[in-house]
Amino acid sequence: MKAGVAGAALLIGFIVYAALWRLTTQAGWESVAGYWRLFWGGWLGTLWLASKALVTSTLIGLLLAFGRRAAWVPLRALCTVHVELVRGTPLLTQILILYYGVFHLAGLESRTLASLLILSNFAGAYLSEIIRGGIESVGASQLESARAIGLTTAQTYRFVIYPQALRHTLPALAGQFASLIKDSSLLSIIGVEELTQNAQQVASFSFSTLESYVPLALGYLVLTLPISLWSRWLEKRAHFQT
Amino acid sequence: MRLALSGLTKSFGAHRVIDGITADFGELRTLALIGPSGGGKSTLLRIIAGLETADAGHVLLDGERVECTREHRSRLGVVFQAFNLFPHLNALDNLLLPLVRVHGLAEAEARALALATLDRFRLADHAHKRPAELSGGQKQRVAIARAIAIKPRVLLFDEPTSALDPEMTAEVLDVIEELKSEARDFVLVTHEMGFARHVADRIAFLAEGRIVEHGSPEQIFTAAASAQCRDFLARVLRH
Repeated sequence: MKAGVAGAALLIGFIVYAALWRLTTQAGWESVAGYWRLFWGGWLGTLWLASKALVTSTLIGLLLAFGRRAAWVPLRALCTVHVELVRGTPLLTQILILYYGVFHLAGLESRTLASLLILSNFAGAYLSEIIRGGIESVGASQLESARAIGLTTAQTYRFVIYPQALRHTLPALAGQFASLIKDSSLLSIIGVEELTQNAQQVASFSFSTLESYVPLALGYLVLTLPISLWSRWLEKRAHFQT
Repeated sequence: MRLALSGLTKSFGAHRVIDGITADFGELRTLALIGPSGGGKSTLLRIIAGLETADAGHVLLDGERVECTREHRSRLGVVFQAFNLFPHLNALDNLLLPLVRVHGLAEAEARALALATLDRFRLADHAHKRPAELSGGQKQRVAIARAIAIKPRVLLFDEPTSALDPEMTAEVLDVIEELKSEARDFVLVTHEMGFARHVADRIAFLAEGRIVEHGSPEQIFTAAASAQCRDFLARVLRH
C-alpha cells in the first residue's frame, strides 16, 4: 500500500510538473521568489486562523449537535434552522452578510475575530451533523446496557458513546477539518491577512499568476495532509469490529 | 429473594403488554418465566430490572418497592439475549467499567476482582480480547461475569441462550447452573424448558400479559391447571 501511494504521488507529481514546466517561466519563478516573506506571513495567518477555528468550530458543532437533540422544542427548532441555513448557503454570502451586516451593526470591527467567528460558525454547522450522526450511530442496546449497569448520562456519553461515535465519524471529521482549512481562503475577500490574500497580491505585483498559486497550493497541502495522516493513525488505533 | 407483583400494568402505545399482574412468589432462589413470545416475559423482567416503568402497580423485591432509578439498577445484574457487551472495550474493561465508575472500587482492587471473575468462568485467556474476537458462548459468559462481578442482589437473565447454537447454549447453561449451586438468586426468562424445569424453584407461565399460573416445576410440567399452559407445553415439547 505504501509503495502504491508513493508511486501514485510520483505519477501525479510528474504530470503536474510537466504541465507547469510548459506554462511557467524561469523569470516568473524568480520574481515570485522575491516575495517569500509575503507567502510566509500569509501562511502563518492561515495557520493561526485555521488552528483557532478547529477548536471553536468543534465547540460550536458540539453545542449545535446537542441542541438538535434537546428535549426543549424551541431550542431544537432554532438549532435545526441555523444548521440548515448555514449549510444551505454559500460561505461567500455568509462572509459578506455577517461581516458587513451583522458584525458591523454589533460594533465588531476586528477582521481577525470576525473571520474566526464566520469560519467556525460555517464549519460548526457541518461538524454538528457529523457529531449528531455519530452519537445516533451508537445502538439502542448499548445505551440500554449502559443504563443497566448504572452509568449516569454523562458517564454513558464519555465511556460508551464517545469512543464508538468517534470511531464511526473520524473519516468525516478529518474531511471537514481539511475543508475548514481550505475554506479559510475565502476570507481573503474581507482582507484578512492569510495565504490566499497574500498570494493574490504576489500575483498582481509580479504578473506571474501560476507561479504565485503553486506555493499557495503547497501551503494548504502542508496543513491538510497532517490532518489526514493523524486521522488515519487514530482510526487504526481505535479499530474494533462490531 | 422475596418477590411480589401487585396490580402491574404496562402498555406500549395501544398495546397492553402487561395486563394487571398480581402474584406473590414468596421466598425463592430462582424464578423462571416461560410462555409464548409477546406474552410479556421480557417486559416483566425489564420492569423488575428498573429499565422500564410500570404504568400502574408495583414490584416488591425483598419487601422494597422497585423504582426505575440508577441506584436500583446498579445493584442488579442483567444479562441480555444479545450480550450487549461494549464492542470498543476488551473483556476485562467491560468488567472494570461498572466496578470502577459505578461502584467506586480502586483500579487495582477492581482489576483483581475482574480477573478472578473471568478466571472463574474459564475466560482468563480471553481477558484482553474484544467482543468481536470471542465466540457467542464466550461473549455471554463475559456478560454473566460482568453482571456477577458487582455482587448483585439478584441476577436477571433475559433469554440468555436464544442467540446461541446448542453447544454454546450448553456452555452458558452450565454457568447458570453453577450460579444456582452457589445460592445466587435469579430470575430467568427462557425458552429452554428442560433447563427451566431443572434449575428453577418456581415457574411462572405468562401469556397475553398475564401470569396464567405459577407453581413448582413438577406442578407446571406434569399437572398444569390451565389449558393454555398445557397447550403451550405440548407445543414446545412435541419435538
